[in-house]
Amino acid sequence: MPALVFDIAHLLAGSLVVMSFVQLYQDRLSALINVFAVHALVLALSVAWQAFAQGAPHLYITAAIALVFKAIIIPVALRRIMVQLGIHREIEVVVGVGPAMLLGIGLVALAMVVMLRVTAEADPLAREDLAFALSVVLLGLLMMVTRRNAVSQVIGFMSLENGLVLAATGAKGMPLVVEISVAFSVLIAFIVIGIFLFRIRERFDTVDMQALDKFRGERR
Amino acid sequence: MTIDALSGVLVIPALSACVLAALPGYRLTSVLNVVAALLTLLTALSLFVVEPASGSYLLVDDLNKVFIVLTTFVAFTTSVFSASYIGHEIEIGRLKPGYVRFYHAMYQLLMFAMNLALVANNIGLMWVAIELATLTTVLMVGIYRTHEALEAAWKYFILGSVGIALALFGTILVYMAARPVTGEGLDAMVWTVLITQAAKFDPALLDVAFVFLLLGYGTKVGLAPLHAWLPDAHAEGPTPISAVLSGLLLNVALYALLRFKMLLALNPAAIAPGPLMAIMGLISCVFAAFMLYRRRDIKRMFAYSSIEHMGIIVFAFGMGGPLANFAGLLHMSMHSLTKSAIFFAVGHIAQVKGTQKIADMGGLTVTHPVLGWGLVLGVVAIAGLPPLGIFMSEFLVVSSTFSRQPWLVMILVFAILVALGGLFLRLNTIAFGEPRGPTAPAEASYVPMFAHLAIVFVAGIYLPPPLVSGFQNVARLLG
Repeated sequence: MPALVFDIAHLLAGSLVVMSFVQLYQDRLSALINVFAVHALVLALSVAWQAFAQGAPHLYITAAIALVFKAIIIPVALRRIMVQLGIHREIEVVVGVGPAMLLGIGLVALAMVVMLRVTAEADPLAREDLAFALSVVLLGLLMMVTRRNAVSQVIGFMSLENGLVLAATGAKGMPLVVEISVAFSVLIAFIVIGIFLFRIRERFDTVDMQALDKFRGERR
Repeated sequence: MTIDALSGVLVIPALSACVLAALPGYRLTSVLNVVAALLTLLTALSLFVVEPASGSYLLVDDLNKVFIVLTTFVAFTTSVFSASYIGHEIEIGRLKPGYVRFYHAMYQLLMFAMNLALVANNIGLMWVAIELATLTTVLMVGIYRTHEALEAAWKYFILGSVGIALALFGTILVYMAARPVTGEGLDAMVWTVLITQAAKFDPALLDVAFVFLLLGYGTKVGLAPLHAWLPDAHAEGPTPISAVLSGLLLNVALYALLRFKMLLALNPAAIAPGPLMAIMGLISCVFAAFMLYRRRDIKRMFAYSSIEHMGIIVFAFGMGGPLANFAGLLHMSMHSLTKSAIFFAVGHIAQVKGTQKIADMGGLTVTHPVLGWGLVLGVVAIAGLPPLGIFMSEFLVVSSTFSRQPWLVMILVFAILVALGGLFLRLNTIAFGEPRGPTAPAEASYVPMFAHLAIVFVAGIYLPPPLVSGFQNVARLLG
């Protein structure tokens, strides 16, 4: 039985990484939102399974938040924003799909090497979970830097945060997990409301100093 | 929870936030804001008289007492400045009266979040508090609703969120490292438990955790290359918030980093956290010193100066040892006081001149002598000229680390001199030269600014022995 518990947890965490990869190559916003909804659904299943495996009923709350808030409410809200802002065309991808996938594979390899090496003594369930969680976090970061559109950046941030929730639930008996997932949901709600109210379409490029100077009147 | 001074520093701002959110009228609310900040300061000072017992969620020790008193003091003086600043903003119609209620509630909520981060005995709670502080400042940076303000708030939001997300991953890893030793559950996140058992934690996990914490909280400290949010957030928000950001919020994030540094320092097999911090501090300092030269916006210029000084402080703490830690603490206090005083002056200057562009202001010492000379004094202090407090603390940073790393310290001194040049170049345009822009007299409150500058001036000449022994005690704690 423990082997089955482990295998299912492993399968769900692994699927989360796969969904992160699927997000990377979506070039239409509506498809990206759908993939994110599946991402959140897989997270909810994974957290629920951890709750069952660890016998920790409070984790079911975290799973429920992931399911209701991230897999249903947020995608619906993002879809409405998309229609209102009129941005259902193709996404501007800064790095091409090929290089992005290669970078993603590199990041996952990095996560595996780092986490599996340092957690040699931890129990295998937490160990694999942590390695997958770090992969999801890094893939989320990659997504945030390769996209320019504010909505897809936010989706990158949310999948990053899904990785954190995976890590927090994988760490057996960690206190405050529910509180932290609520705090994050508040944060995300603010971001989404922010986009909606202020009609933010594009990321404000932080690398391009030229554009910044113009905005700020730094050059007079 | 029993009501003592420890819960007092949390309950007073939290209650005031609720009350201020409900009350209309900016005159009344700005007075109440000052009163609440004063009460919090008095409660914080009483921590020195009676030390309340620490629990598994809240804690008070010598380290955080210094931070709490500094935070509540600057928060109080800033609230005095804020009252006259906001009054003027309403008069010229830049801020709608409806937003003022929101502004004051957020101000108190920010105080609550910062105090919570400082007294939290639980690394998870500390993280939640820093997230709350980030959220409230984001809302305040965007309060003017202009394109630039929203852009600055958005950038701060995204970078701050990534920063705190990384910090959370680090926090989870610390829990993972602690769990086999302290057992599952709350104990593995309680600071006072962690610190006694740190030597037995898995060093490899702690190493990775610290890298994430350094990047995460380092973003909030404003270390280069993670500083991109900082100048925009300072320039576009209301000036009292720039003062609080520079003077306080950066310190709170630094405090979190110092806590984890202490944890790692106790584990002999883990990487030494000091060199990493020292290098990042040095890079920030050099980078910001050069960035000072191309600034056209007065608030952005002083934001870069904050990055420079945070770099010096992180460098001092990274070098470690009782003397360098002492210098770091002193520099942190002096920087908080001086930088907020400068922002008090800058706030009123931007109001009388109606712009933040350096090119459009000039000859301030002629048109507005009190403000102009106040700014000159502040810049002289922040540039590190004797006999003011920052000269003394910078001198201590340099002299306490020179024998260990002469080359690194040479770079630091070079950066400080470069920054001095940049600051005086701009100061020359602003304060002297031909008067430019409106010359209408300022309706300013000079008391907070000169109070801070007086403290900095006195500290440069004479430090009272209780303060010195208190700082020495904390410096020893920091290792």
